[in-house]
Amino acid sequence: MPDLSRRTEDHGAFARVAFLGGIYSNYLALTEALRVARARGVDAIYALGDFGAFGPHPDRTLQILREARVPAIQGNYEESLSTDADDCHCGYTDPRDNHFAQLSYDYTRRRTSTEHKAWMGTLPGHVRLTVAGRRVLLCHGSPRKINEFLWESTTPAPFIRKLLRDAEADVVVCTHTGLHWSRFIEAGRGVVNAGVLGRPANDGRTNVWLTVIEDHSGDLAVEHVPVDYDHERLACEMQEEGLPEEFVETVLTGYWTTCLEILPAKERTRGRH
Amino acid sequence: MSLSAPLSPLVALDTLWFQVAGTLCNLQCTHCFISSSPTNHSHEMMSLADVRPYLEEAEALGVKEYYFTGGEPFLNREIVEIIEAALALGPVSVLTNGVLIRPETAARLRALADASPYSLDLRISIDGADAATNDPIRGEGTFERILAGIRILATAGLNPVVTVTEACEGALSSEGRARLLAFLRGVGLSQPRLKVMPLLRLGAETRRSRAYAEWESLMGRTLRPEEAEALQCSSCRMVTSKGVYVCPILIDFPGARMASTLSEALRPFALSYPACFTCHEQGLSCRT
Repeated sequence: MPDLSRRTEDHGAFARVAFLGGIYSNYLALTEALRVARARGVDAIYALGDFGAFGPHPDRTLQILREARVPAIQGNYEESLSTDADDCHCGYTDPRDNHFAQLSYDYTRRRTSTEHKAWMGTLPGHVRLTVAGRRVLLCHGSPRKINEFLWESTTPAPFIRKLLRDAEADVVVCTHTGLHWSRFIEAGRGVVNAGVLGRPANDGRTNVWLTVIEDHSGDLAVEHVPVDYDHERLACEMQEEGLPEEFVETVLTGYWTTCLEILPAKERTRGRH
Repeated sequence: MSLSAPLSPLVALDTLWFQVAGTLCNLQCTHCFISSSPTNHSHEMMSLADVRPYLEEAEALGVKEYYFTGGEPFLNREIVEIIEAALALGPVSVLTNGVLIRPETAARLRALADASPYSLDLRISIDGADAATNDPIRGEGTFERILAGIRILATAGLNPVVTVTEACEGALSSEGRARLLAFLRGVGLSQPRLKVMPLLRLGAETRRSRAYAEWESLMGRTLRPEEAEALQCSSCRMVTSKGVYVCPILIDFPGARMASTLSEALRPFALSYPACFTCHEQGLSCRT
């Protein structure tokens, strides 16, 4: 730990950094997120993997990310697409969760260009940064596993202590679950889940989320930032592409309709389904 | 030439189980792989004082989640206090038949769940959507009593995970799952959660169906690292009144007892038991 089979890059020190979790082909939210992050005066923006899935026209997201030269790490989607795997390796166990995950993956795999897939294979698995003197490790799921789900209600403080010790980091920044949260076991030491741009946070609101960490007078501060975008347009495009009505409903209502069984008790109760 | 057993390394102790009610149960299901019953004292009930040293050790080791099972955990007079102690350290799941859960207990559990930053899951076992399917396996009249427990939890706002085994006919087919989910909605669970468990041909189940056949074994096999790491024993241990066992399944086998403390049990385990075949072939995890 961290998973040594994945390449790690060291990118040096920053004062204020924005993190984009899973984009899931939501290129409309990505465009807004880049605008919101830049308006906050960040000196770096990082994408944490899972650029495709769920949404329409995966190449549009990839083109925006690459043109904006957003540094990125691999998620399980990039790992699967760049190696031409048959499934996304999202890590679901329930048959209904897996059914919808496979629909997403098959669509995204079919509609992503070979050139973009090759680019995904060049991305590192982890990036290390320094913010406010703290060692920050970026990963997709967790430092030890690309598809580990770190949920707020099942990532307890004693486990975080071990995770940080093993990863030789003060702060781990991750995504993969779809829900943003952060837990600090002491000042400047904890886990930050950046949330995702790809779909809303199962709270009945249609916005999505990015996360900013910054040096706040020598202390490390975290802010989860809502991002509004034209979700009705996204819903229309998803319908035009023949993506499942269940996905469209999530975009329009803010409540998850699929990939629900993986949710822990607390997170599940907050949603409608 | 004798065949050797492949090894399962302990990658990380993420999941810690407690046989908190021993092998004592108010029911006597015909498929129970550890033959729990009102009179089976193979493993005894654990008190809060018995559990606490392991929780302290688990906290230091960075355990991620806690599971309590039996037997029937709600036979244990200190179960709510034990859940509270574990919930201070991480998420908790309790495996129960639900029969003994009264509205007062459900209300206390709800209060604990609300007060903790971590999830509390109750997991209730039932074997079918009607008494005709369930009762021959779990006992005469148990269907209605289990259902009452599910309703009490639902009323308290604790949405249980409902577990059925493959002994429940059709549980594996998508039509069977849809039928069970519709049944659970009808019982009052607005977000029904269902888990289907494979059968383990151990304990009482050997009399209901059959024991493992000689070919159902991992002996002589070589496992790739990712295969070994997919097994639940690569990330769990089970504490009973007799000590630390490798997993929740093998507690009837003296050779599966690894140590008296968790730290001593963090070593590889030889997969020499037929049940290891079920875990490997069917991807069985006792976790929710």
